[in-house]
Amino acid sequence: MAGVLAVAEVRDGALRSVSREVVSAARGIADALGGAVEAAACGGPGVGGAAGPLAAQGADRVVGIEAAGWEPGRVDISAAALAAHVRSRAHAAVVFAATGPGRDLAPRVAAKLDRPLLTDVTDVEVDGGDILVTRPVFAGKALARVRAKGTPVLLSIRPNVFAVTESPRDAVTEVVSADPAEGTGGYRVKGFEASEGAALDVSEAEIVVSGGRGMKDPSNWHILADLREALGETAALGASRAVVDAGWRPHAEQVGQTGKTVTPRLYFAMAISGAIQHLAGMRTSGVIVAVNRDADAPIFGVADYGIVGDVFEIAPRLAEAIRELQDD
Amino acid sequence: MNITVCVKRVPDTETRIRIAPGGTDIERDGVKYVLSPYDEFALEAALQLVEGAGAGEVTLLSYGPEAAKESLRAGLALGAHRAVLLKGDPGMDGWATARVLAGELDGGGADLVLFGVKAVDDDQQQVGPMVAELLGRPCATSVAAVDVDRGVATCRRAVEGGQEVVEIDLPAVATVTKGRYEPRYASLRGIMMAKRKPLDEKEAPAAEAGLVVERLDQPPPRPEGRIVGEGPDAVAELVRLLREEAKVL
Ligand SMILES: Cc1cc2nc3c(=O)[nH]c(=O)nc-3n(C[C@H](O)[C@H](O)[C@H](O)COP(=O)(O)OP(=O)(O)OC[C@H]3O[C@@H](n4cnc5c(N)ncnc54)[C@H](O)[C@@H]3O)c2cc1C
Ligand SMILES: Nc1ncnc2c1ncn2[C@@H]1O[C@H](COP(=O)(O)O)[C@@H](O)[C@H]1O
Repeated sequence: MAGVLAVAEVRDGALRSVSREVVSAARGIADALGGAVEAAACGGPGVGGAAGPLAAQGADRVVGIEAAGWEPGRVDISAAALAAHVRSRAHAAVVFAATGPGRDLAPRVAAKLDRPLLTDVTDVEVDGGDILVTRPVFAGKALARVRAKGTPVLLSIRPNVFAVTESPRDAVTEVVSADPAEGTGGYRVKGFEASEGAALDVSEAEIVVSGGRGMKDPSNWHILADLREALGETAALGASRAVVDAGWRPHAEQVGQTGKTVTPRLYFAMAISGAIQHLAGMRTSGVIVAVNRDADAPIFGVADYGIVGDVFEIAPRLAEAIRELQDD
Repeated sequence: MNITVCVKRVPDTETRIRIAPGGTDIERDGVKYVLSPYDEFALEAALQLVEGAGAGEVTLLSYGPEAAKESLRAGLALGAHRAVLLKGDPGMDGWATARVLAGELDGGGADLVLFGVKAVDDDQQQVGPMVAELLGRPCATSVAAVDVDRGVATCRRAVEGGQEVVEIDLPAVATVTKGRYEPRYASLRGIMMAKRKPLDEKEAPAAEAGLVVERLDQPPPRPEGRIVGEGPDAVAELVRLLREEAKVL
């Protein structure tokens, strides 16, 4: 039975947690189709070992694809090596994460395999051997149910949407060497500049604290940074476009139709009015909290809980109250 | 330096999306269309590169309905030199779109082909790198700034946690995101000149889609929210609700 391939992400030798969601989703598809799950990560020596723990989410086999000439960031080599691997194993489906690296990689693999690609999928069903997915379109203003013809079906799943399931296997880790020459090259990674404070990408955070123009000045951001800190390591900062356009925060933090789409379990909209383009990026969050001094602000239309009032009084109090909870 | 920018006409981001009878498409009547916002960044990047080089042309390429001519004219008014419209109906399948666009681009003289990082209608985020594969050219995605010198494009990619600097050898492909480029406005003179610039129209070749949209739905409405209270005194109750009712703290 042709299996399902889960494409795992390993960065700096560490498995990225989103890969557990990818394997869990692949496990669900494989169970419905009646096949095995293979988890594969492409990279340098030892990459398979880093992906080993994915056996806990139901990977029957873990594969480290060690590609000649690979260095961090060499997406051209990863794509060629992965496509060759998929060809050799004839998987029924290939599941990626719709993360930055996943969005860079998946379309290249799809093109090499001459297959369509379904990105940013939020639900998968198996219907009489066919795979049907749900994916938001128009920035979440509509949901499309799409059937893919032929195999393998390539899809990427939106982070934080698929539950991580426990389904442990005694998987062996296998190393596959690849030497992809064709379709690579002319691509050199020259360096990386870290931006301050952005350890966790807003699209992968479990909690997001976003600030809007009502924060008045970039020097006030320490108030939101402190609230974020009180919420712990799984929280990240976000921003409205007004704030990004003003140069107060980097575009990487922008939430909305022309920024990131986020699905955290908890979203704080602090002094954000709730324009349609902003809502498009965050309305599928688990629980939405809004703080705004204008009781008629549209953000209250999607918020589960709102406080009408001055963010400069409320945000510090909120950080304090959350810290008190943890001290209990 | 010659640059081709692939641009798509999409519903204005302000538009409320309604599902058309039949349930597989949106209601097209009364929708205002614009150039996809990221394509505007790509066009601005192309214009700055060609202006900086002091030689070369910017060509716009779009696959879409007859009405996409309006968007192409808008791009010509901003300074692009010529435009090509491949008339047809691109569906959600980015791979089918990529094959149509690559068919036109193949053998063309563009040193650089620029795309938006994503079109804000289908939100697929895939056409650029797919075209690059079809053309057999290197591709940098999510590029916030690009500089070209002696046959090499240096791209600053917006990636998780920072910026990655990547060099790609021309001819190459890049997808552009928000960063260095602030789209310009059309001048009156630009709008007048656009009317005389070449805009070629041809029928797009048929490309069979491998994806079938079976249904479009409005997203489920969010459950009715509530205002917990006013001012800082409401914080204690909010935190209690987040912990005990929503169970998220
Ligand atoms: C093509 C296009 C794409 C776009 N894409 C995006 C996108 O991706 N993301 C996005 O966010 N926007 C996007 N926008 C912009 C969007 O239309 C809004 O302009 C923007 O979201 C407004 O940001 P804001 O809510 O921070 O500012 P405002 O609308 O100015 O709202 C500020 C809010 O702060 C409140 N406030 C002020 N002072 C206080 C205080 N002391 N305490 C509490 N509340 C206070 C005010 O009541 C107000 O509601 C896009 C627009 C276009 C045209
Ligand atoms: N029909 C089209 N015509 C021209 N360019 C397109 C078309 N569809 C997508 N593109 C280009 O590909 C980019 C990414 O689109 P997508 O992969 O659909 O998100 C867009 O920003 C455009 O630059």
